[in-house]
Amino acid sequence: MIKQLAKCVREYKKPTIITLLFIIGEAVIEIFIPFITANLVNDIKAGAAMKEIVVTGIFLAVLALISLTFGGAAGFSCAKASAGFAKNVRKDVFSKVQTFSFGNIDKFSSSSLVTRLTTDVTNVQMSYMMIIRTAVRSPIMLVFAIIMAYIMGGMLAGTFVVVVPILAVGLFIISRKAMPAFRRVFRKYDRLNESIEENVRAMRVVKGFSREQYEKENFSRAAEDIRKDFTKAERIVALNTPIMQFCVYFNMAFVLLVGSKMIISGKGETIDVGQISAMITYGMQILISLMMLSMIYVIITISAESAKRICEVLSEESDLTDPENAITEVRDGSIEFRNVSFKYSEKAKRFALADIDLKIESGMTVGIIGGTGSSKSTLVQLIPRLYDATEGEVLVGGVNVKEYSLEKLRDSVAMVLQKNVLFSGTIADNLRWGNKDATLEEIQAVCKIAQADEFVQSFPDGYDSMIEQGGTNVSGGQKQRLCIARAMLKKPKILILDDSTSAVDTKTDALIRAGFKTYIPETTKIIIAQRIASVQDSDLIIVLDNGRIADMGTHEELLERSDIYREVYEQQTSGGDDHE
Amino acid sequence: MSKLEMRPQVSFASLKRTVKMLFKFYPVLVPVTILCTLFSAVASSIPAIFVQNVITIIEKWYESGDWDAASKEIIPKITLLITFYVLSIIAITVQTQLMAYMTQGFLSKMRCAMFDGMQDLPIRYFDTHKHGDIMSYYTNDIDTLRQLISQALPSLIQSGAIVLCVFAIMLYYSLWMTLVVILGIFLMMFVSKKIGGGSAKFFIRQQASIGKEEGYVQEIMNGQKVVKVFNHEAECTEDFDKINEALFEDSYRAHAYANALGPIIMNIGNILYVVIAMAGGIFMLSNIKNISISGLPLSIAIIVPFLNMTKQFTGNINQLSQQINAVVMAMAGANRIFSLMDEQPEADDGYVTLVNVKTDKNGELVETSQHTKNWAWKHPHTADGSVTYTPLRGDVEMNEVDFAYEEGKDVLHDVSVYARPGQKVAFVGATGAGKTTITNLINRFYDIADGKIRYDGININKIKKQDLRRSLGLVLQETNLFTGTVMDNIRYGRLDATDEECIEAAKLAGADDFITRLPEGYNTPLSNNGSNFSQGQRQLIAIARAAVADPPVMILDEATSSIDTRTEAIVQKGMDKLMEGRTVFVIAHRLSTVMNSDVIMVLDHGRIIERGSHDQLIAAKGTYYQLYTGAFELE
Repeated sequence: MIKQLAKCVREYKKPTIITLLFIIGEAVIEIFIPFITANLVNDIKAGAAMKEIVVTGIFLAVLALISLTFGGAAGFSCAKASAGFAKNVRKDVFSKVQTFSFGNIDKFSSSSLVTRLTTDVTNVQMSYMMIIRTAVRSPIMLVFAIIMAYIMGGMLAGTFVVVVPILAVGLFIISRKAMPAFRRVFRKYDRLNESIEENVRAMRVVKGFSREQYEKENFSRAAEDIRKDFTKAERIVALNTPIMQFCVYFNMAFVLLVGSKMIISGKGETIDVGQISAMITYGMQILISLMMLSMIYVIITISAESAKRICEVLSEESDLTDPENAITEVRDGSIEFRNVSFKYSEKAKRFALADIDLKIESGMTVGIIGGTGSSKSTLVQLIPRLYDATEGEVLVGGVNVKEYSLEKLRDSVAMVLQKNVLFSGTIADNLRWGNKDATLEEIQAVCKIAQADEFVQSFPDGYDSMIEQGGTNVSGGQKQRLCIARAMLKKPKILILDDSTSAVDTKTDALIRAGFKTYIPETTKIIIAQRIASVQDSDLIIVLDNGRIADMGTHEELLERSDIYREVYEQQTSGGDDHE
Repeated sequence: MSKLEMRPQVSFASLKRTVKMLFKFYPVLVPVTILCTLFSAVASSIPAIFVQNVITIIEKWYESGDWDAASKEIIPKITLLITFYVLSIIAITVQTQLMAYMTQGFLSKMRCAMFDGMQDLPIRYFDTHKHGDIMSYYTNDIDTLRQLISQALPSLIQSGAIVLCVFAIMLYYSLWMTLVVILGIFLMMFVSKKIGGGSAKFFIRQQASIGKEEGYVQEIMNGQKVVKVFNHEAECTEDFDKINEALFEDSYRAHAYANALGPIIMNIGNILYVVIAMAGGIFMLSNIKNISISGLPLSIAIIVPFLNMTKQFTGNINQLSQQINAVVMAMAGANRIFSLMDEQPEADDGYVTLVNVKTDKNGELVETSQHTKNWAWKHPHTADGSVTYTPLRGDVEMNEVDFAYEEGKDVLHDVSVYARPGQKVAFVGATGAGKTTITNLINRFYDIADGKIRYDGININKIKKQDLRRSLGLVLQETNLFTGTVMDNIRYGRLDATDEECIEAAKLAGADDFITRLPEGYNTPLSNNGSNFSQGQRQLIAIARAAVADPPVMILDEATSSIDTRTEAIVQKGMDKLMEGRTVFVIAHRLSTVMNSDVIMVLDHGRIIERGSHDQLIAAKGTYYQLYTGAFELE
């Protein structure tokens, strides 16, 4: 995990190392400052000449200035290193998601990916900063301070033999106990926030059923549960302060008592007053270093959860990869399924598609009909290799789809997904997803075929009208037509419409299909629809039922022999047509 | 992204209010904690006096080297010191434990207050605020309060108290030296304000950048499959890089200033130390008369503790400066939280309630606490103090209703609809024609501007909202299900429904078939708003949820839009049974769904342009006829 994240440091290795150097420098100076101040105190005490005092003083001030420069510079480079590291992590995670196949995407919910890219990265950034700021500094301070204390204080340093183990053991126990408690409570906290989100989204349902009181009670129970857990965890951590305080006080009392005995008995020869104040300072430094180390420990373990979630994405390998010597040219729009079966995951018991044998010639129009859950979408998603067939093979242009370069294959196979999305930006921007170099004339041409030109022109800004996030400012039917136009801009060899005209009226639907016939006769068109009217003039209609081909043929043939087809047809025509 | 729009307001008023609330929640514990904090602060500044005392004694006995004699003076001092220490440790233990307890308690209370307040807000609030923004009240903003209460406030009190104590002790020893310290402090405060303020500014910018990034990521992750189908990965990565780079810049600046502040303050402290040492030396050598509370002359026994105090002083000033960020961020966070809590709750002046009734021997309706299947509107009349009971029948009337979401932009004009008990009324029309608005008005998600809506002859403004809504079953196109099992979700319609009743409702809705085929049947958990179910299956569950509530009036707003026609035909039988004896309002795109309604209203730009049964409308050869023959498109 650490190795994987360490790869994200990259160009920020330099500021990281610079930070470490500055911090080492700052730490060393900070160690020496009490030593020199002790001298200064002694000089003053001994009534040394003003000149001597001034020299020591200036020396000390210069050290402090250097330390200030180092510390300030370290602060900047450390911020740069950690913010840069976070930037790279975000970049890597985002790019990784871009390589995901549909199978990979299904595994992570989009909201969990958003959390990973925001909160989790921020957590990791904070702990990276903590690590480079204190992970080197604290041990150095600890070791140097102990050495200096020993040199200066001799016997007096004995206090640390008592204090350091107490603090170390105390802090260790606290972090050991607090960590699992925190991890548990953070998980609960996430769930609480999820339930708030759920509630906000479902407010109409909550109010519609007058469930405000019920929701309030549920929430206060969950909040109380979290409060208890949080309090427990925080109270464990709160013990840090008294333990620390105890050690500081013990150190003070010990140094004063033993120190004064040593001075008086030794007549100031072994130790002097200046050294006592230095010993107190070193004591503080040692204890603070220990405290910082324990804090790092806690922060790292808390952010380990975030790191783990990030690494889950980073180590997720796309299950679809380009073959070596990939074929880059799709010859034509012919499609063949040879004994294809498919299930979404190895663990799944049921095959979503079974025993599919199918031959579609280039340029044909094929309709697919079937109920909810009959795997219509699954079938067509195998063609641009959005998923790989579990068994059997899928051929496009006479070649197994696995032998193509994914990019070229998908350039030749355009698909209008059922759950379709327009992105924030102008209408023209959105359409250019199909072909980023498309001219306005080309855009207009496909929009005319998709019956979108007219309404786009009716907008005040025409093709420059803005689409809001989620495409909320165009109607369902308009959105579908724009999505069809977007797919057509790719000039594909195969065009797949997955229930893409469901919100379009029958007349417009018919016009779109007529347009296909006139303008892209060479292109193989596959149309999934609920409405018989949308497919009845296809060259071939496939009736899917429960992942199997129940029947296929032309409209007339199917009316003759397929019960399912006839049933749907009659249901839709009994009261006239199914108009939307 | 919206987060850019929410300009964080920094105000002291919100800080004051937060502190006030803390006092209100814990009127005893807060003062106790403050006392403990002050005590431990004082206790930690006292040692300076002891150190000075001990050094004086050392100096006295230094020449003689007689420890036994000296110890008689030293040991009592140190014993006293230890006593102080012990008390201080007790105080600090109490303080930190109470702090942990109160912080979490306070946050929990705030969360509940926010949530409770939110539940009472009108639908308009949720329609006009982005969900992501509402969520950030509960996550980011609450987090700034945690920082404020658990760290910033105690640290402000403690460090502030120590600074004051030390200051008093300094004055006790020497005015001249104290003046030098004050000079240094001014410098530190100036630097803190400059650097700390800059850091806070960038932290707030960083928040905005994170919001922007979150918005972009959300959009792309939601449309990831479209990205793949169009080979658009490289372009997205490029766009993301730009946003990511901007975030990096803000984050870098914010942390750089925050990081640099500590070492800068501490080293100014070190320099101050030198200045104090030299000033002390000069004062001592030049025999300037010391001015102090103690009246002691300037000596090494004063300079040494003075130096230690300087350290303590700077350490605490540093502590204070580190909290500037937390305080500024908390002020912005608290401001936003209070803005949510101060939102006007949904007004409800209704006084007509829904009660269980039975018929007494005189054939009159009387209220009962039993669970009869009979409901009635209880209508108290203020004029004569009498109470009338009107049986719940499901008769809905709209008379010349006008409505606008925003002033001046009328969505409905002069709409009149009469739905008799058991009738099925359908609304047909383009997106934005006002179909959903009508249903929003019937259950008073929004209140009408002009006209009247009556339920069983009672003006709905007089009916308590909760009771009104209880009498209306609602199934929406966007099905929102909750985390929990399928059974839990159906039972949401009526909390005291038995398992059998839930299953019965599911059967009615035509959902039983697929639910029983699930691996865990009715106990199958739903995750992520039911993303493990298809849209059609979710709609079926939502219909079952409304069915179990068994209301006399149902509103089906595109309730079957995602169910394929074949399944719908199957569901239809159940639906017909479900609708039997109920007043039903149906909104649908699919004409096949509404054809068998008693009345069909064709809406256009907020006006009813045609009304009648299917056959009547076809015969009239108007807009409905055109829709029906496919000559017209609904958008």
